[in-house]
Amino acid sequence: MKHLLSTADLTRAEAVQILDIAGEMREAGTRVVKKLPALRGRTVVNLFFEDSTRTRISFEAAAKRLSADVINFSAKGSSVSKGESLKDTAQTLLAIGADAVVIRHPDSGAPARLAATDWINLPIINAGDGTHEHPTQALLDAFTLRRQLALRDGVSATGLGLDGLKVAIVGDILHSRVARSNLWLLNTLGASVTMVAPPTLLPVGAEAWPCAISYDLDEVIADGVDALMMLRVQGERMNAAYFPNPREYSRYWGLDDARLAALDAAGAETLIMHPGPMNRGLEISSAAADSPRSTVLDQVTNGVAVRMASLYMLLSGDLI
Amino acid sequence: MNYLIQQARILGSEPQDVLIADGRIAQLGSIEPGADTQVVDGRGLVLLPGMVDPHTHLREPGREDAETVETGTRAAARGGYTAVHAMANSTPVADTAGVVEQVYELGRKAGWVDVRPVGAVTVGLEGKQLSEIGAMADSRAQVKMFSDDGICVADPLLMRRALEYVKAFDGVIAQHAQEPRLTEGAQMNEGEVSSVLGLPGWPAVAEESIIARDVLLAEHVGARLHVCHVSTAGSVEIIRWAKARGIQVTAEVTPHHLLLTDEKVRTFDPVFKVNPPLRRQEDVMALRAAVADGTIDVIGTDHAPHPAESKECEWGAAAMGMTGLETALSIVQHTLVDTGLLTWEDVARITSATPARIGRVADQGRPIAVGEPANLVLVDPDARWIVDPYAMATKGRNSPFAGMELPGSVRATFFHGHPTVLDGQLATPRPADA
Repeated sequence: MKHLLSTADLTRAEAVQILDIAGEMREAGTRVVKKLPALRGRTVVNLFFEDSTRTRISFEAAAKRLSADVINFSAKGSSVSKGESLKDTAQTLLAIGADAVVIRHPDSGAPARLAATDWINLPIINAGDGTHEHPTQALLDAFTLRRQLALRDGVSATGLGLDGLKVAIVGDILHSRVARSNLWLLNTLGASVTMVAPPTLLPVGAEAWPCAISYDLDEVIADGVDALMMLRVQGERMNAAYFPNPREYSRYWGLDDARLAALDAAGAETLIMHPGPMNRGLEISSAAADSPRSTVLDQVTNGVAVRMASLYMLLSGDLI
Repeated sequence: MNYLIQQARILGSEPQDVLIADGRIAQLGSIEPGADTQVVDGRGLVLLPGMVDPHTHLREPGREDAETVETGTRAAARGGYTAVHAMANSTPVADTAGVVEQVYELGRKAGWVDVRPVGAVTVGLEGKQLSEIGAMADSRAQVKMFSDDGICVADPLLMRRALEYVKAFDGVIAQHAQEPRLTEGAQMNEGEVSSVLGLPGWPAVAEESIIARDVLLAEHVGARLHVCHVSTAGSVEIIRWAKARGIQVTAEVTPHHLLLTDEKVRTFDPVFKVNPPLRRQEDVMALRAAVADGTIDVIGTDHAPHPAESKECEWGAAAMGMTGLETALSIVQHTLVDTGLLTWEDVARITSATPARIGRVADQGRPIAVGEPANLVLVDPDARWIVDPYAMATKGRNSPFAGMELPGSVRATFFHGHPTVLDGQLATPRPADA
């Protein structure tokens, strides 16, 4: 594995290996001394062309726990705002002595472009590009699901996939890099996926995706589902006529108290996931977000472990 | 200097000799070389009328870093062209007699091909007020084609007025069909590939709805409409319907839309970023069929050179457009001739005769017959070559065909009897006072 750009590039064996390594990293994170020496002397650059405190600090924590040096480069207030190109920025980082680049960019394909060109020859980790992919989010979601199920069943998660699992991804699929990365990875790991959204927030062409598509969240819940991944609804979508108003969105596609009660009444073991940050009261109610079903904070913890595993695999060479 | 082309296959027919003297075709048949006559070996080669591009971006004035009239017309000559229509989206915009005469003069002085400036339909391409169409038509540049290309004349009333008004000058409106609201922020064809790549989609309906509206407007006011760079199967259906109704509509397709699909975008390499976007394989096949059955009339390159920095970036930041002048004939051969859809006679029609007629370009697109102007191109259909953008005459290095092996090479181009290309190499321009 030279880069981590898209979950579609991962074989099942590679994906399982990342999750297994993440499992070991997570165990290390529970010790008093959390730091591992694996990447001592290596420099990881967090190249963020888009605001994202959560993802950036998660990568920063991951790199630091592996003893790597971290340089945070934020487009705001940098030369990028003065018109510097991606190529020049990347080459500057190379000249500074970076060993790996973690890139978040508002344009779909920017990390793939960095990886494909001869501008720099460094491992690239996609930390979210436009509405394309966010592979480490999908990996941490898969890790969270795998771990929760193993705990429930009293078995070791190591080596397992997500075979037979039913996952519904709910919300703004059209603009979601999280949905796309999860779609490919969940399929690779053997889970079945249903995308649930208003038709305006499903991309034309999604009919060809390896998933079911539904406009009816209640029906999907009634059919039984192992996990509900609720996606954030961006504020700017509300002004662009994708749906009439937030209240109507919430009534049809939000995980509100009534739907939470329906899960409880059915005795379902459904997990509630959200990549954060949440719009409480819009796509998810406070009761749902704070319920025992919610894995929201567990996802954050696991995110560090998965990113440690990703950095470790890319920087310490050829495990596969 | 006279030129004797020996044993060339005129429009692909049986080999014969062609004598060029004083800028015209002097004699056809079996001819002995006389004094002061340079012999050009035409054995195995096909002789076609010089190509006429209805759609070229020469970038001058304003973006001489991307292309100049000099470099763009060199590229045209190398590609087998003897005339190009220079689109109006320069800086300043070609919306006055002054600018179109400037471009016309630059072309005349360069001497590689006839440069026919296209006039903007609206002032500054802003879609608000008609530009001085009459003044441009009556200028030395003799503008007959008007287009806001790059931008759609989206206002239906303004489009109606433009179609009506150009009738007074025997003009034609060349429409860039792109409904602006349906394509806000659009980056690539909307469909399966865009759904995976997460790039904002550019729906086919944004093109088709404008074409449908415009053919109805053209019918209503009895005007000539030319549709630039048709890219979808649905557009083809609408144009076919319009032609069956007798509407005066002509349509153009680019070489790249005859070969490439949106699958190329999976690379995220902006060399494949173009307006209109690369579409699906079904569209490519429908466009080829439409050329074969005459629904699409002409090949337009939409040659759009860009400096390196406009493409050496992420997809979203990149400029739209591809170079095309030096690969057009090869792509036409590859997609239409070698597939059995067209004869060389058909190629002459779609690359020369019909575009010259649409643009009312005198002395271009004429039959290869005694007494006609010697605007000719000699093609080796059996040659194969690998596209190298750095070996091209255009300043633009943004060829989507880079690295591809293509059939057909231009061996010679004669521009009013003067060889601008000989032995496959650029020769000399035709002196401006000739």
